[in-house]
Amino acid sequence: MNGSVLGWALLIGQILIALAMACAAFRILKGPRAQDRVLAMDALYVNAMLLLLVFGIGSGSTLYFETALAISLLGFVATVAMAKFLMRGEVIE
Amino acid sequence: MNGLQTLPAWAEILVAILVVLGSGLALIGSIGLVRFRSFYERVHAPTLGSTLGTASILLASIAFFSLTRTRPFVHELLIGLFVTVTTPVTLLMLVQATIYRDRLEGRDPLARREDES
Amino acid sequence: MTRWLPSPLASATLIAIWLLLNQSVSPGQLLLGALFGFVGPLLLRRLDVPPPRMRRPGAVLRLAGLVIVDIVRSNINVARLILRPEGRRPGFVPIPLKLRAPLGLATLACVITAAPGTAWVSYDPGDGTVVIHVLNIGEDEDWAAIIKGRYEGLLMEIFE
Repeated sequence: MNGSVLGWALLIGQILIALAMACAAFRILKGPRAQDRVLAMDALYVNAMLLLLVFGIGSGSTLYFETALAISLLGFVATVAMAKFLMRGEVIE
Repeated sequence: MNGLQTLPAWAEILVAILVVLGSGLALIGSIGLVRFRSFYERVHAPTLGSTLGTASILLASIAFFSLTRTRPFVHELLIGLFVTVTTPVTLLMLVQATIYRDRLEGRDPLARREDES
Repeated sequence: MTRWLPSPLASATLIAIWLLLNQSVSPGQLLLGALFGFVGPLLLRRLDVPPPRMRRPGAVLRLAGLVIVDIVRSNINVARLILRPEGRRPGFVPIPLKLRAPLGLATLACVITAAPGTAWVSYDPGDGTVVIHVLNIGEDEDWAAIIKGRYEGLLMEIFE
């Protein structure tokens, strides 16, 4: 059974996170208002980062973790910029 | 799949449980995003995935890589640090933006409370 | 010392993060990290951020432990609420605070927002009242007393 339990767990994890991303995508499309979409976008970023981490455990490669790090930071900057835009209508004042 | 064969059985089950728990929490949080009706309720939903969900998947990764000794777990610490610092800030800014926009449209969500007091 | 190195803690953190990102302690990376650790706090001073004053490391550790326990507990509560949302009563709760230190308030805002089930909504600096949104105000739970009792004392001990 060595390897198979973890293999199944990683597969289940990937499916669950993919479903979570689908839920977030649904909220992005449905809205109803801009802040709902931005909030769902942030959730989508976090879920994508988690999916990369699970991929990384499965493959044993460092590359996925570098990408996850980059996504977590880019997601933060993007969401803050959009929140700022919602508040003032301008990103840079 | 390198490294998957070298884990002892207990460690494998531990990592498996942590991975499924973390992704399950992320899914429940996103379901909340779909289910709740108002924005202020939906703000609570993604924190599930970004607090305990992230923590448990990071723990799984730390356990896996330190037991198979394939690489140091530095990245996990950094990701954990960045996620814990950034999530509350983004949510705070989004809530501020929403209140501002609600007030612009003349629907102050806090107005009812001020009438009562 | 204070002129050229205004915040040794921030400098050390920047150097540590730089070395961790590169995963090496070679002389070149050390030099680059030291450069960032030197320039970063100088730029930070330009922003007029009040220098962090943290006292009582014991209280900081106790606060961290408390936050972790609360986050785990509210994760379970909120997961249950999402899967079975009947009988939920969301609402805004005003809380009068005695805490006035800006860094303490910022920490409290982050903790309350990061914990599922509660979110910081607005703060009135005039009378020190903060409004939080709670996903499920229970029948007889006094949220103001819970927040004040659990966090405010520790935060005042650390930041004031």
